[in-house]
Amino acid sequence: MTGYTRDHEWIAAAGGEATVGISHYAQDQLGDVVFVELPQVGKQLRKGDVAAVVESVKAASEVFAPVSGEVVAVNETLTGDPALVNRSPEGDGWFMRLRVTDPTELEGLMDEASYKAFVDTI
Amino acid sequence: MTEATDAPLRETPLASLHRELGGRMVPFAGYAMPVQYQAGIMAEHRHTRTAAGLFDVSHMGQAQLRGPDYATVAAALEKVTPGDFQNLAPGRMRYSLLMTPEGTIVDDIMVVRPAGKSGETCLNIVFNAARVAVDEAFVGTHLPSAVRLELPPHRAMLALQGPKAVDVMLRHAAVGDLRFMDSVATTFDGIPVAITRSGYTGEDGFEIYLSASDAEAITRTLLAEPEVKPIGLGARDSLRLEAGLPLYGHDIDETTTPVEADLGFAISPRRRAAADFPGAIRILDELTRGTRRRRVGLRIDGKLPAREGAAIVGEGGETIGRVTSGGFGPTVDAPVAMGYVDAAHAAPGGAVAIDVRGRALPTRISPMPFVEHRYRRRSAG
Repeated sequence: MTGYTRDHEWIAAAGGEATVGISHYAQDQLGDVVFVELPQVGKQLRKGDVAAVVESVKAASEVFAPVSGEVVAVNETLTGDPALVNRSPEGDGWFMRLRVTDPTELEGLMDEASYKAFVDTI
Repeated sequence: MTEATDAPLRETPLASLHRELGGRMVPFAGYAMPVQYQAGIMAEHRHTRTAAGLFDVSHMGQAQLRGPDYATVAAALEKVTPGDFQNLAPGRMRYSLLMTPEGTIVDDIMVVRPAGKSGETCLNIVFNAARVAVDEAFVGTHLPSAVRLELPPHRAMLALQGPKAVDVMLRHAAVGDLRFMDSVATTFDGIPVAITRSGYTGEDGFEIYLSASDAEAITRTLLAEPEVKPIGLGARDSLRLEAGLPLYGHDIDETTTPVEADLGFAISPRRRAAADFPGAIRILDELTRGTRRRRVGLRIDGKLPAREGAAIVGEGGETIGRVTSGGFGPTVDAPVAMGYVDAAHAAPGGAVAIDVRGRALPTRISPMPFVEHRYRRRSAG
């Protein structure tokens, strides 16, 4: 299942690992993405740490780790094709995979319906 | 680009049309303005460079300096600028600077001497939106009693920019004889307007000065032309950055001088010879002996943009300056920036680095503009 944060990251957890990216709403707000700064594989992130930085034409925006964990993979495709984040934010435009340290951190996330309701209030 | 504020935002006469067009409204200089429309900044930027982009610039301050005769009005403006307005011909426009007695920049402005009767007693001035109140007070304190500065209400201003702008304009207004920095009082489909061949994108284009009540009709007419799309503030910023044009409050302000800012062309030869402009002693000394720092262009290797505030460092890692505007240049297809560096590092081609989140991005000092200007000048035809 996919969970969402109030900072517009999504996280899809399965078998102790979790894939992280930014939501469709987030990419739409950022506009054309021109660079994605990804973390090093092996980096230990704590929930709330800056995990990545997305540069759009107009601004740089931080992406926070939605849960704690070790970075086990990053989406190298984004290096050559950062606009993939705009085209497929919740699919091929994922950012990183984490080995989740504390699965209970996944419990505080919004599901898709709650996230949609949250976005509607912005 | 954007700013936080608790004051209610003002709107231009086109605010509801921006929303109808899907414009994403953001606070800018006290106004709610579209940062982009649905196409997005990249597409809007490219459209302006290849066809024609329409910008609502009604937030800018349109002022009139009026007096008993032209010489008195020109002399009044010369008290606060380094420009030669005594010799500005009717129907011509000039870039200038409001300057403090210390020789620093209060605002950068466009000044138009209207052709015809009103050019005998009046100069039109365009102020930056965020500086209107400051400029009005500043100019006001230096005016002789016979000269008045007025900001007529209910005005609007549009900019149509890009290589197809002239084709579009010719269908509606007699602008065939206008060249870069020319001005004419004419009509657009029968509606009285003033038009200058000017803009802030580096492209050929026009600025239209009109009554607020005519703004929506003329905007809809222009948007109905196949070459024209609406363009927001985001692309306006990336276009002017590629064109090497400074943005007040970022690249120039009351701490910078025209010489530091590489705007020496705005200090006219006549005023240099007379040494009678604000801050003349300091500025003439800077023109002769140079300045400690200088505004330069910055070309960054790779794709990671550097933003305003990033430190520019020398080969030994020492800070030699700071980025004042930076972003991704869609036409250059690379990050571009401008900033101030110590004069010893200001020569084009020099290798420096910019610190972005602890990374030292290899950077070259670059001539500006980054994208060649395509103005249709009077001499070049």
